[in-house]
Amino acid sequence: MSGADAPRRAGLPLRMLALGLAGLGGAVAVSFLTLNATSALLLSALIGAGLLYFLLSRFMGWSDRWMVIAVPLLWLGIFFLVPFFVLGRISLSETMIARPPYSPLWETDAQGNVEIIASLQNYWFILGDALYRNAYLSSIKIAAISTVFALLLGYPIAYYIARSPEPRRSFLLLLVVLPFWTSFLLRVYAWIGFLRREGVINNTLMWLGVIDEPLVMMQTDFAVYIGIVYTYLPFMILPLYANLVKLDGALLEAASDLGATPMVTFFTVTVPLSLPGVIAGSMLVFIPAIGEYVIPALLGGPDTLMIGRTLWDEFFSARDWPVASAVAIIMLILVVIPMMWLQSVQNRQEEGQ
Amino acid sequence: MRRGWFLPIVATFGFCFLYAPIVSLVIFSFNESRLVTVWGGFSTRWYGELLADGQMLAAAWISLKVGVLAASIATVIGTLAAFVLTRFGKFRGKLLLTGMVTAPLVMPEVIIGLSLLLLFVAMELVLGWPAGRGLTTVVIAHATFTSAYVAVIAQSRLRDMDESLEEAARDLGAGPVRVFFDITLPVIAPALVSGWLLAFTLSLDDLVIASFVSGPGASTLPMVIFSKVRLGVSPDVNALATIIIVIVAVAVTIAGLLLMRQSKKTG
Amino acid sequence: MTSNPAIAANTRPWRDPAAKPFISIQNVTKRFGDFTAVNDVSLDIYRGELFCLLGGSGCGKSTLLRMLAGFETPTEGKILIDGVDLAGTPPDRRPTNMMFQSYALFPHMSVEKNVAYGLLREGKSKTEAYAHAAEMLKLVKLEKFARRKPHQLSGGQRQRVALARALAKQPKVLLLDEPLGALDKKLREETQFELIRIQETLGVTFIVVTHDQDEAMTLATRIGVMTEGVIEQVGEPREIYETPKSRFVADFIGSVNLFEGRVGPAAPDLMRVETEDLGPVVAPPVAGLTQGQTIWLAMRPERAWLTRERPPESVNCVPGVVQDMGYVGHMSSYMVKLANGRLVRVTQANEGRRDNPISWDEHVHVSFEPADFRVLTE
Repeated sequence: MSGADAPRRAGLPLRMLALGLAGLGGAVAVSFLTLNATSALLLSALIGAGLLYFLLSRFMGWSDRWMVIAVPLLWLGIFFLVPFFVLGRISLSETMIARPPYSPLWETDAQGNVEIIASLQNYWFILGDALYRNAYLSSIKIAAISTVFALLLGYPIAYYIARSPEPRRSFLLLLVVLPFWTSFLLRVYAWIGFLRREGVINNTLMWLGVIDEPLVMMQTDFAVYIGIVYTYLPFMILPLYANLVKLDGALLEAASDLGATPMVTFFTVTVPLSLPGVIAGSMLVFIPAIGEYVIPALLGGPDTLMIGRTLWDEFFSARDWPVASAVAIIMLILVVIPMMWLQSVQNRQEEGQ
Repeated sequence: MRRGWFLPIVATFGFCFLYAPIVSLVIFSFNESRLVTVWGGFSTRWYGELLADGQMLAAAWISLKVGVLAASIATVIGTLAAFVLTRFGKFRGKLLLTGMVTAPLVMPEVIIGLSLLLLFVAMELVLGWPAGRGLTTVVIAHATFTSAYVAVIAQSRLRDMDESLEEAARDLGAGPVRVFFDITLPVIAPALVSGWLLAFTLSLDDLVIASFVSGPGASTLPMVIFSKVRLGVSPDVNALATIIIVIVAVAVTIAGLLLMRQSKKTG
Repeated sequence: MTSNPAIAANTRPWRDPAAKPFISIQNVTKRFGDFTAVNDVSLDIYRGELFCLLGGSGCGKSTLLRMLAGFETPTEGKILIDGVDLAGTPPDRRPTNMMFQSYALFPHMSVEKNVAYGLLREGKSKTEAYAHAAEMLKLVKLEKFARRKPHQLSGGQRQRVALARALAKQPKVLLLDEPLGALDKKLREETQFELIRIQETLGVTFIVVTHDQDEAMTLATRIGVMTEGVIEQVGEPREIYETPKSRFVADFIGSVNLFEGRVGPAAPDLMRVETEDLGPVVAPPVAGLTQGQTIWLAMRPERAWLTRERPPESVNCVPGVVQDMGYVGHMSSYMVKLANGRLVRVTQANEGRRDNPISWDEHVHVSFEPADFRVLTE
C-alpha cells in the first residue's frame, strides 16, 4: 500500500518528458531561425548529448549531480575563464599583418630548430611608456574620486530611504532603481545636452544672469566625474540601503539613552555598522569605473586619460591586438586585488550571519 | 530621523540629480528645433524620423533578438549555478564556480569584450566555429556576463527560501529532479522573472562588449546610437530615449504592483 | 484511554523480552566536522508506540529524527525499520513520513493538492489521490478548506494539514518535529489529545521530538531523554518521573531536590547516608554501593512534608525557615531555607480547609520518607 514499496520506474513520467522535448524542440527551432546554421546545429548537438546523458543516467542510476554542476561550470569556464588565458597568450605575441593579426608563440624553421617568439616586450613597452602609466594612474584617480563623490551623495540618500516609513520607502526605492533600467548610454548622452556650451546648464545660468560666458564643462575631467557618479549612483545606494535597513533602531535609541547626541550616535554606531555596505557599494563603483570607456569617450576630452579608452583606441584604431591584450592583462591585475578584497569582505559578512 | 532638514534636502537634490537629465531628454524630444537644447516649439517630427530610420529599426530588432536569446540562456545558466552553489554543499570546483559567477559583476567591460573576441577568433581558427562574428557571438557574450546577475538574484532567493519545503517533497516520495521542478522553481519563479528582465535590460543596453564581439550586419541598437552620438546631439535619439523611458516606467510600475501581491502568497 | 486492547499503549511490548522492535537504531553516531551531534545512540522502538524524544535545544534529537527520515546519513551505526537496513535509501524511498516544525506546506498548491502530493508521487491516479486526500482532510476536520491555499489558513489549521499530508501515504512510521511548538497553550492541549486519538485509530508508529516535558509526559507511551547527543534514559513516563536514573533526568523532568552525600556503613534494610545539607539521613538500601561512595539523593517536592513541630515518627527531618511561598490554587509551593543556607522546594496539596496554613518566615520542619528518596549514582 505504501509508496515505498512501489518499484522505481526507470525514466521520468511521460508527460514531463513530452513537455521537456517540446520545449527543447522549440529552442532548437528558434535557434535555427535566429542563429546561423552551424551554430544552430552545434546547439542542437549539445542539447541532444545532454538528453542522451540524462536518459542513460536514469537507466544506469548515475548521479545527476555532476551533470547539473557541469552545465554552468562548462559554459562559464569556456566563455569566461578561457578567454583570459587567450588574452594572456596573445599579449605575449607581436603584431603582424596577418589574419589573425598576431604572431605565433614559437616557430620551427626548416632544420627543426624552435625559435621562441613569445616575449614580454609588450609589457615592457607599456610599463615604460609614460602615456600608459599615466593612463593607469589617472584611471585609478578618477575612479577613486568619483567613488568618494558617489559615497557622499549616496549615503544620505540611502540613509533617508532606509529610515522612511513603509509606503514612502518602497516608492523611493522604485525611484532609485528606475533610471537604472533605462539605457545607460542614453543617460550619459543626456548629460551631453546638459554640459555643452549651448547646453541646458549654460543656457539657464546665462538666462539667470549668473554668468556671461558659457562654462566649459564638456570634454573635461569634471564631466567624467559627473558621468561616473550619475551612472553608478544606484550601485552605491542599493548595497548601502540593504545594509542600513537592517540596522536595529533599538541600537540608536540605546546610544541616545546612554547620552550620545545624534551626531555622535551617527559616527560611533551607524557608520561603523554600515561599513560592509559602504565597502560593497564603493567597490561596485570603483572597480568597473577604472575600466570605463563610454563615459570618457562621450564626456571626456583628449587629455582625459582613462585606460579603458586607451585599450579601445589601441584595439580599434591602432589595430594592435597584442598591445591591447597586454594593457588588458595589466588592468586585470590592477582590478583583481580590490575584487578579491570585496569577495573576502562579503564572505566574512555571510559567515557572520 | 536625525537633523530634520538635512536628509530630506540632500535626498531631494539626489533625486533631482538622477532625474533631471532624463526629464530633459523627454522634453527635448518634442522640440521642433534641431538644436536640442534650444526650445523651438512643440513637435513630434523626431518620432516620425525615428520610425522611418531603417538603420535604427534594424538595430533595434537585432538588439531585441539578442536580448531575448541571451536573457533566456543566462537565466538557465545563472539559475543552475545558483542552485548548485546554494544546495549542493561542497564539491570540487565550487570555489572556481563562485569566482566565475561573481567576477563579471565588477569586471570592466572592455576586458570581458576583448577577451571574448580573442576567444572567438581563436576558436574560429581551431574549430571553424563561430564562423565570423555576428549574432551568435553577441548572444554568447551577453548570455555569459548577464548570467552572473541572474545567479546573484537566484542565490539570494534560494537562500531565503524555506528549505524544508524541498525536504517535505522528498519525504513524500519525490525524487530530486521532481522536487526542483515541482517545488523549487515555482517558489523562486518571481526571482527568475526579475533575473530574466535584468539580463534582458543589460543586454539591450550593452555597448562595449557588443562592439568587440559583433560583426558586419549585426549592429546592435547601442552601437548605432553611439556612432550617432559621437558626432553630436541628435534629436531622434531623444525620441528613442523617451519611448524607452515610458516603456520602462510602465513595466517597473506593473512589476512593483505584482511583486507586492506575490510577496503575500509565497513563502 | 480507549478500549482497544491491541494498541501498544496497552500491550506495552517493550516489557516483553521476546518482542522484536519495529525500529532499531544501533550505535548511531553523527558528526559534523569536530562537533558530535549524536553520540553512539542505540534505541529500540516498538510498533504502534507513540515515542517521544525529549531534550533541550542542541541535544541531538532533531538530528536523530532527520537520520530516520533520511535527510542526514549516520557517520557510524545502522538504522533498521521493520528489519530493513535503511543505509543508502534516500528520503523519497523510505517508509517514513515527516511532519515538519514549520509545517512546510507548499505555498503554491491548494490544501488538497498538498495532501494528495505524496499519493501522486506513489503513482496513484488523480481521482484516487484526491479522493484519499479528501478522506484525510475529513479525519483532521478540514474538508471545507480543500481548495484554499496555505496562506489563507490559521496556524492551527496549517498544522492539521501538515499532519494530514504526512499521514496520507499511511507510512509505517510518522516522524514529528516539535509538532505543537507553534501553537498557543489551549490549542496545544486540545491538539495533544487529537494526536493521541489519531495515532491510536490508525495504529501508526509515531516518533515525536519535543523540548516540552509536559507534552512528552502527556503524549508518550515511552520517553527517551536526550542530552548532548546521548540518550540518558528510556522508559514510560511514570518510570522517568519516579525512578530517574541520573541527576540530569531527575532535574529535567519536573522539579527535584538533589542532595549530595556519602554512603555510610552497610546495614541490611536501610542505608545511612551522610549529606551536607540534611545531615545524616536514612535511605532505601541499594546494592552495589561501597562505603564512602559519593551518591545523590533525589526527592520530589510533593513527597516531602512540612510541619511546625518536629513529627515524632519522622526518620529524616530537618529544621528550616519558609523563605518563599506560592499559592497556586490546588497546591502551595514552598521554598524552605535550611540551617546551612540550602533551599529546599516543597509542594503541598491544599486539601480541605486549613485554618492556619503555613506562611512566610515561619519555622518549620521538613520531613522525608526514606522510600521517597531516589538514589542516583550519576
